[in-house]
Amino acid sequence: MDYLIAFLTGGAICALAQIIYDNTKLTPAHIVVGFTVAGALLGGLGLYQRFAEFAGAGAIIPVSGFGNSIVMGMLSEVERLGWEGLFTGAFENTGLGVTAAIIFGSLMAVLFRPKG
Amino acid sequence: MSKRLGLQTIVFQQAPRIASCSTIAGPKEGEGNFGSYIDKLVDDPMMGQLTPEKAERMMLYLACQDALAKAALTEDDVHFFVGGDLLNQIISSSYCARDLGIPFLGIYGACSSIVEGLGLGSLIVDGDYADSVLVATSSHYQASERQFRYPVELNIQHRKSNQWTVTGAAAAVLSKSGTGPKITAATFGRVLDYGIKSPNDMGAAMAPAAADTLCRHFADTGKTPGDYDLILTGDLAAVGQKLFVQLVKEAGYTLGSKHMDVGASMYKPTQQVGAGGSGCACSAIGILGYVVKEMLQGNLRRVLAMATGALFSPVSTQQGDSIAGIAHAVVIEA
Amino acid sequence: MDKAQKDRRERYQQMVREATPQPNRWRNAVMAFITGGAICTVGQLLYNLFEKVEPSRLETTAVTQAAMIALGAIATGLGFYDWLAERGGMGAAVPVTGFSNTVASAAMEFRREGYILGMGAKMFVIAGPVLVYGIISGFAVSLLRAVLTGSLF
Repeated sequence: MDYLIAFLTGGAICALAQIIYDNTKLTPAHIVVGFTVAGALLGGLGLYQRFAEFAGAGAIIPVSGFGNSIVMGMLSEVERLGWEGLFTGAFENTGLGVTAAIIFGSLMAVLFRPKG
Repeated sequence: MSKRLGLQTIVFQQAPRIASCSTIAGPKEGEGNFGSYIDKLVDDPMMGQLTPEKAERMMLYLACQDALAKAALTEDDVHFFVGGDLLNQIISSSYCARDLGIPFLGIYGACSSIVEGLGLGSLIVDGDYADSVLVATSSHYQASERQFRYPVELNIQHRKSNQWTVTGAAAAVLSKSGTGPKITAATFGRVLDYGIKSPNDMGAAMAPAAADTLCRHFADTGKTPGDYDLILTGDLAAVGQKLFVQLVKEAGYTLGSKHMDVGASMYKPTQQVGAGGSGCACSAIGILGYVVKEMLQGNLRRVLAMATGALFSPVSTQQGDSIAGIAHAVVIEA
Repeated sequence: MDKAQKDRRERYQQMVREATPQPNRWRNAVMAFITGGAICTVGQLLYNLFEKVEPSRLETTAVTQAAMIALGAIATGLGFYDWLAERGGMGAAVPVTGFSNTVASAAMEFRREGYILGMGAKMFVIAGPVLVYGIISGFAVSLLRAVLTGSLF
């Protein structure tokens, strides 16, 4: 059941992005940034977490989940440290993913050439 | 008698000959509609090089060498090399010129470079400033993507109006004497800007310039579409050629089946390349591959060959500037 | 620019709008739905696996995202992601695997200009804005929340 929900919710987010892409002149970069920001803002309002409890990976795998993870890190660090948390929290949860992107991205660049 | 006709057209009294020409392209172009007109098809678009820039340069050099060999000339017999390409600071042409050792005149007209080159080369030969001039141009899909757009492995879904840069090169030797098709006139175009801002709509950005140059050519020379067997445009592609035909019709000329766009015809529909081909090599293969070969076989006698260029850079579009277009034309006669 | 010129431009842009082929909206949306949905289903599979070993939901989420990012990078290296995105559109771009693809594709592309000034400097040339605006907007909303709940000091 959780697989079906992840498929449907994640698919719906992507289909929404596609509809925006096909009906505007925006580049994919603009849309992806927009979804990240939307995830962060909804996360700050506590709404994204509630959505994620229902949707599971359908909420955390789209970049909006990545934006939400940034906010979740900041909020938990603020609770622990006070204002310093605003500055240390961004990579609390996302650091793993960002580092993975750098490590694996570099590895791929060493191993493979673009094929075009 | 003045060599100039009307506002923008030049008539070449000595009508320089295309003494030889050579085209080279990658596997995708080979599978396309012009595959049989391309002299040398390579299986590896990277030419065994580490970077696409080096591969493009190598294709250009090979095309130049082949054209010289066919004309039975050495580098010393050729007085000028007129070349241009799409890469920043036209490095493909410059480095090719370094390897050839022929006095070099670098030009930039984006994808219109081949016709700009043929026109300027003809001026030099017609003016008796040289016996032979080498004209060449090149483009490369991967090199253009990374310079004008995105990394090639990036998750981009291409829009239907997008065009695919042709990987290849073409070279021609223009000579005062000999056989081969003649270049009898050239119409150099104005830069027109109709406010198209999206680099996804390059064909639309170039169509007004193409229509303008064509109409100027007709006005200057008093000719009509009926005087030509074929009116060729470079890389307007599916969207641009539709607009071009519309604009020309509004100006009072009906092209009908006389018109062919190389970009729109370059690939087969099954090859999934959006609106068609683009790049310097696109128009160059159309003219030096298709037109010249058909002429030598006697299937075409008078062709108006045009090539269009989109004048912009990634910096200018990101700063919100619109994309300007240019088009040049030459008359080639068997 | 005079009025006639402006009118001509506007008229031409109308012509361009009419001549430009429309995207296959339904097909694209369905393909994006299936592609994005499938990627999230893989994510759910990983989530369920990591849930057994990770102590908290936050950590499971972080590890799942990182694992998907690693998979996205590998698919990019093998030349598969580019193929997927041409068909799946935003279904391939919006998941974090797409974020990873922007990093890996830029790293692969610009390695030719050297490891420091090429790969190192340009790796985030497309992914950068996601981090920058994710952090700026996250910072703003977290600050607001911290002020409202009085947890700043």
